[in-house]
Amino acid sequence: MTAPHTEPDFGSLHGSMRRTGAMALRYVYILRSSWPRILELAYWPMMQMVLWGFISKFLLTNSTWVAQAAGVLIAAVLMWDVLFRGQLGFSVCFLEEMWSRNLPNLFITQLRPHEFIIALIAMSLVRTLIGVLPAAGLAIVFYHFSIFDLGLPLITFFFNLMMLGWSMGLIITALILRNGLGAESLAWMAMFILAPLSGVFYPISTLPDWLQTIAMALPSSHVFEGMRAVMFGGQVRLDLMAWSFGLNLVYLAGGGLFFLHTFRIARREGLLLRAGE
Amino acid sequence: MPLPITPVIEVENLTKRYGAVLAVDGISFTVGRGETVALLGTNGAGKTTTIAMLLGLLLPDAGDIRILGVDMVHHRYQALGRMNFSSPYVDLPRRLSVAQNLNVFARLYGVDDVPARVSEVADELDMTALLDRPSGELSAGQRSRVTLAKALINRPDVLLLDEPTASLDPDTADRMRGYLTAYQARFGTTILLASHNMAEVERMCSVVFIMRAGRIHARGHPSELVARRGRANLEDVFLDIAREKAAP
Repeated sequence: MTAPHTEPDFGSLHGSMRRTGAMALRYVYILRSSWPRILELAYWPMMQMVLWGFISKFLLTNSTWVAQAAGVLIAAVLMWDVLFRGQLGFSVCFLEEMWSRNLPNLFITQLRPHEFIIALIAMSLVRTLIGVLPAAGLAIVFYHFSIFDLGLPLITFFFNLMMLGWSMGLIITALILRNGLGAESLAWMAMFILAPLSGVFYPISTLPDWLQTIAMALPSSHVFEGMRAVMFGGQVRLDLMAWSFGLNLVYLAGGGLFFLHTFRIARREGLLLRAGE
Repeated sequence: MPLPITPVIEVENLTKRYGAVLAVDGISFTVGRGETVALLGTNGAGKTTTIAMLLGLLLPDAGDIRILGVDMVHHRYQALGRMNFSSPYVDLPRRLSVAQNLNVFARLYGVDDVPARVSEVADELDMTALLDRPSGELSAGQRSRVTLAKALINRPDVLLLDEPTASLDPDTADRMRGYLTAYQARFGTTILLASHNMAEVERMCSVVFIMRAGRIHARGHPSELVARRGRANLEDVFLDIAREKAAP
């Protein structure tokens, strides 16, 4: 008979890492359980890449702006996918728990909400890389454009966009927890409000003045402006990266507090028991 | 003189309101170490709400809950690792295999030797052959065994069961009851179960709390309750209480 010695120090770092790892393992099991799902992760970014690759090819000879920096639209679509997939990866893993009505099972263990969030962040990273790396490879093969030529700034662009994706994921999952699965479409729709405001495919100066003010409050706008600065002038704009990172810290803190506040409401109103209905 | 039973679950003036509905109305009870206690009541009597508060899934509006000496409202994580719960209404993720599900929960509960424990609990519940099957493809009886395996994975000191034999055929239900009784005798586990099966309760439980409209209306040993009310069995006692008019 094996004694199931359990974690004696309930709040230890080791225990916390173990529970976070258990949740990440669960999402890896889910991912592995269905190859069409893995394919689906890469399918949409690759299709977007094919489409925008041809549009770029056409505009290279018909647009002086695109001609100045071949690949600017391809880079933009890849970066947009990082942001979109970052949020979706986070939210879909949360939705898995709602769909399988597993939240009560999870939160009667010692799993803390912040450990759950860290597992969702880790899986969002994995799912984003599975989605975006094949599309980046496709751009190299078909359009001779490598996003990796952006060099070190690419790392800051990537993580700033992921951080915004996680912040949005926290807000969206909190809203789903509060309102039930009737609100699940938020996971697919909500991010698109950021696309026109972030200047994904055009400079922020294109927007009317009042929208530019809103755009500058978004971390993503600074990333896309920074990306164009590198591609058009070879200029690394540290000021834009600093703005983006600073705003992201505020957004992440706000998203985290909103999620934790909603979790407390869920415990007060019995929403964890009804999750999935 | 018998030794006093150490209370493992202590509930005092527990109250929960959902809007205008008073789901649990100031109930108090204790459950001693190694006891099996039933919460009975009609649908909406407050059983599930009470269990959810004991598990920390639901915050009470008022009252105290101490489990294993831990204040569950403020420090629940100190006790949750020594508790577990099983309900046919809270499913395990269906796309994962049984082994994967047990593996994840064993890690969440901080079980030391996960593969050994998963294999042991599967062997004890006669479900080794199910380990590689997706949880969603199991029959109701098999799913109940798997849910119980999840609830025993950390060998809890306190086990909360919501209708443990609901939707099971009489043979499987009987085996399940037999297993739980033997398990409890072996490890001294404290069991609190909510059930609508009076025969099950009479067989398994030393104490019964009958709830109606959020309050405990009767408590005691099943045979004592039957004798006190001059009825033939616990089901008659239950029906009497369920049909009594609520006090104005």
